[in-house]
Amino acid sequence: MRIGLFVPCYVDAFEPEVGIATLELLERLGLDVAYPFDQTCCGQPMTNTGCHAEAAATEALFVKNFAPFDYVVAPSGSCVHQVREHLTAIPQTEEVVGVRRKTFELVEFLHDVLKIEEFPWASFPHKVAYHSNCNALRGIHHARPSEIVAPPYSKPLDLLSKVKGIEIVSLTRPDECCGFGGTFSVFEPAVSAKMGYDKVTDQARAGAAYVVSADSSCMMHQKGCAERLGVPLKYIHIAQVLNGAAA
Amino acid sequence: MSIEDLTPRETGGMIHPEVRAPVDESERHQDGGRLQHAEAASKPIAAPKTREPQPRGAKIRGNRPIDQGEAAERFLAAPLHQAAHDERLWDLRKKRDVSAHGIPEWEELREIASSIKAHTLSRLDTYLEQFEAAAKANGVHVHWAADGADHNRIVLEILRSHGARTLVKSKSMLTEECGFRHHMAASGIEIIETDLGERIQQLDNEEPSHIVAPAVHKTRMDVAEVFAKTLGTDPDNDDAHYLAESQRETTRPYILNADAGMTGCNFAIAETGTVVTCTNEGNADLSGNVPPLQIHSIGIEKIIPRIEDLGVFIRLLSRSALGSPITQYTSHFRGPRPGTEMHYVLVDNGRSERLGMEEFWTSLKCIRCGACMNTCPVYRRSGGLSYGATYAGPIGLIIDPTFNKRKYSTLPFSSTMNGSCTNVCPVKINIHEQIFAWRKVLAEEHQIPLLKQGMMKAAGAVLSRPAAYRAAIGTADSALRALPRFAVYNPLNTWGKKREMPDAPKQSFHAWYKQNRMAGAAKKDVS
Amino acid sequence: MSAGTRAATLAAIRRNRPAGDHPLPQVPVFAPLVADDHVAAFTEALKRMGGRVVEAGPAGDPLGHVRERLDAAKVVASAVPEHAGNRDLSAVTRPQAVDDVDVAIVRARFGIAETGSVLFTEAELVVNAVAYLAQHLVVLLDPADIVVNVQAAYKRPDFAGAAYAVLHTGPSATADIEGVLIHGAQGVRSLTVVLLPRGDVRAA
Repeated sequence: MRIGLFVPCYVDAFEPEVGIATLELLERLGLDVAYPFDQTCCGQPMTNTGCHAEAAATEALFVKNFAPFDYVVAPSGSCVHQVREHLTAIPQTEEVVGVRRKTFELVEFLHDVLKIEEFPWASFPHKVAYHSNCNALRGIHHARPSEIVAPPYSKPLDLLSKVKGIEIVSLTRPDECCGFGGTFSVFEPAVSAKMGYDKVTDQARAGAAYVVSADSSCMMHQKGCAERLGVPLKYIHIAQVLNGAAA
Repeated sequence: MSIEDLTPRETGGMIHPEVRAPVDESERHQDGGRLQHAEAASKPIAAPKTREPQPRGAKIRGNRPIDQGEAAERFLAAPLHQAAHDERLWDLRKKRDVSAHGIPEWEELREIASSIKAHTLSRLDTYLEQFEAAAKANGVHVHWAADGADHNRIVLEILRSHGARTLVKSKSMLTEECGFRHHMAASGIEIIETDLGERIQQLDNEEPSHIVAPAVHKTRMDVAEVFAKTLGTDPDNDDAHYLAESQRETTRPYILNADAGMTGCNFAIAETGTVVTCTNEGNADLSGNVPPLQIHSIGIEKIIPRIEDLGVFIRLLSRSALGSPITQYTSHFRGPRPGTEMHYVLVDNGRSERLGMEEFWTSLKCIRCGACMNTCPVYRRSGGLSYGATYAGPIGLIIDPTFNKRKYSTLPFSSTMNGSCTNVCPVKINIHEQIFAWRKVLAEEHQIPLLKQGMMKAAGAVLSRPAAYRAAIGTADSALRALPRFAVYNPLNTWGKKREMPDAPKQSFHAWYKQNRMAGAAKKDVS
Repeated sequence: MSAGTRAATLAAIRRNRPAGDHPLPQVPVFAPLVADDHVAAFTEALKRMGGRVVEAGPAGDPLGHVRERLDAAKVVASAVPEHAGNRDLSAVTRPQAVDDVDVAIVRARFGIAETGSVLFTEAELVVNAVAYLAQHLVVLLDPADIVVNVQAAYKRPDFAGAAYAVLHTGPSATADIEGVLIHGAQGVRSLTVVLLPRGDVRAA
């Protein structure tokens, strides 16, 4: 099984530790992981702004980079949602459809494909608020959203429950969007920031010391909000926790 | 604190004696406790708050695109309003959850409701003809209006032919869409809104900000100010009970003396020709049962085939809207009272065209419950008037551009596309996916700002060329000093104004990989 | 002009008909969510919607539990044989004339256990407006007339037969000012259901 590691541009530029943790974790699980060196981005900034034509070349590059692999794995629900649901600016050849189908977000890859039962190396003795990225939650179905009347489940919390010492705290608005929203954060900064302030206030009030998420983009926004408000929360990606980060 | 402290009722002579009874039933239930229903509670009056002027809605400049963000920023600058708005609507969302989770077949009901609507819309011509025939057989006059202006003209003709001078009406988003009140202002016929929230908005000369709760963006102090100016209430008394009662007492004479009554329509039943309205105040029933002439304005998409289909929709509507199992009044108007006249005005106003829009026609399934607004984190923090359109919030983002693509071109971008709206929609409209689809349509038709499209073009050019991308995110891989331009377009630094910038790591993942994992890595030869 | 609009609207609808089949779904009969005691369920549901429920009074005074309200009222309009009232609804020619009614008494055609609703048509109300213009509404409901849920209610023929049919679930209510719940927004300030079997006049 050959895995192509996709490191989203935000992770590449701002959170290299998340990429490293993802790579190391997959290798620790005995997988053959390659990082296609010419990768850039999934095209989401353009498509989410409506600019599909402008995303076409980036999407084509993504497919070219990842076509050779059995699976594509990325530590981002948002980018995987883009690839799976919205990578449509280029002709849907067999190769394109294939890449879209075999692209997985790290949590679902561990939970659904590899069905990992334990992370014996992982210990995180802290109070943690889990943040669901909206695309991860409602787009690729990481968990049962609070709006839906169905038996609850949560893939990320399932995985985190296998980490020693971790304590998950409850938020008053667990599924509320944090306001990042990709380019929304830049084009509607006032509402975006207010949503972020409310989110980090909720996390702090719940007694969390750390916020864990499968998406660095939301956390980059939240971290910026928390620092501005002077809220002493720390943000860490689920890949790092599962890889045994000692915090 | 005694009951008396909480209820300063003795101001002025406007209050009905009932409200001064020792145990006031407007706020107390059978067992003497404060009212607490599914949808809300009769809270004790809070301590006086600092007066905060009400933020107003989006600036309307003809056909120019609405700047929702600008209006939202002003709403956020009024923290008392913003917090009250957010809390009230989030409370409704929570009540909706409790209510929905109490129904094991909830998701099945949504699916069925969605399918019934899809079915009806796919045969809308046939069902409209059936509805019309049944209505006529029941003695109802049926009119067809092509658009809002047509609707207003038809209603005016009906009123004039009866010599009507006053009309009481219940809340109707359709008549808002038609600009009915504004149009009638010039006609010499007095229009009185009888829904409390809508009446507040009428008296304040403002549009409703929410489909179900028109004045939800106002505090009680705002209402006290409006009523003091227009109804002559005590400007210092902002007790909600006092204000509501003042409205009741001043509206009642209008209801009794009205020449005509008007309602909107929640559901129109094809097989029986029935119009169904769902209200909590009973004001649609007053409008329909007191004046000698009644008019029901009906959007053509409101049709459902059979009475028994109501068994699905009524179970969903109020639970989605307010969390209550049903509205206080569910009213079925089928024929005129003896000696009176009943008219239906079937209004198209763009609906038949929308039916042909492959990606957007399912927005016609909307039953106007407002659940998408209540759950929308952007709406709750912006206020409904920031959208500058008849329909605010998520449903507005996908409906408004069908009325005016240029003016409302910005609205589909006032969303994080988080998808909560889609999940609460009782008729399963894929709202957030339609927001996404609208962005594509608007970009293709060059209805988005040139700057934005230019940025995306530049981003696409950089992101599709690895070398350019590497150059953009840092001149040296080991020292990323600036934010990449595709991430944060920076002339105004909109990111950094409100948030701290992310730290620049020592090196990118790419550089780390090259250094540590590629051939020659051990030599630490970083190029 | 309207005829032209009608034709144009229908033509546009036909032209723009959405693709696909879209059959009318079968609606299954859902298992009732209320327990077998429909009266208890009805009572609880109506109270949650701000309504009041009382038992029938003792023999000779079936409306005994609302006696205080009736005695305090100057004008009582009754549409039921169980109480005479002092305003004859059948003699009312204009709905506006019932604006001074303090208490109206009507019988519900049926009740709904799921929601605590009661149904009236023009036959029960005599003057439709009295159910809104009166200050208070007293509703007689035969416990045997309670159907299990909304779905069952809409399978009844009452809706197709009446010119006006209305489900009341508690009194007139609003929460339009800061979400503060208030009864008597425009219609009745209270709604009290008396659980009284039909025909049980008990020598009133």
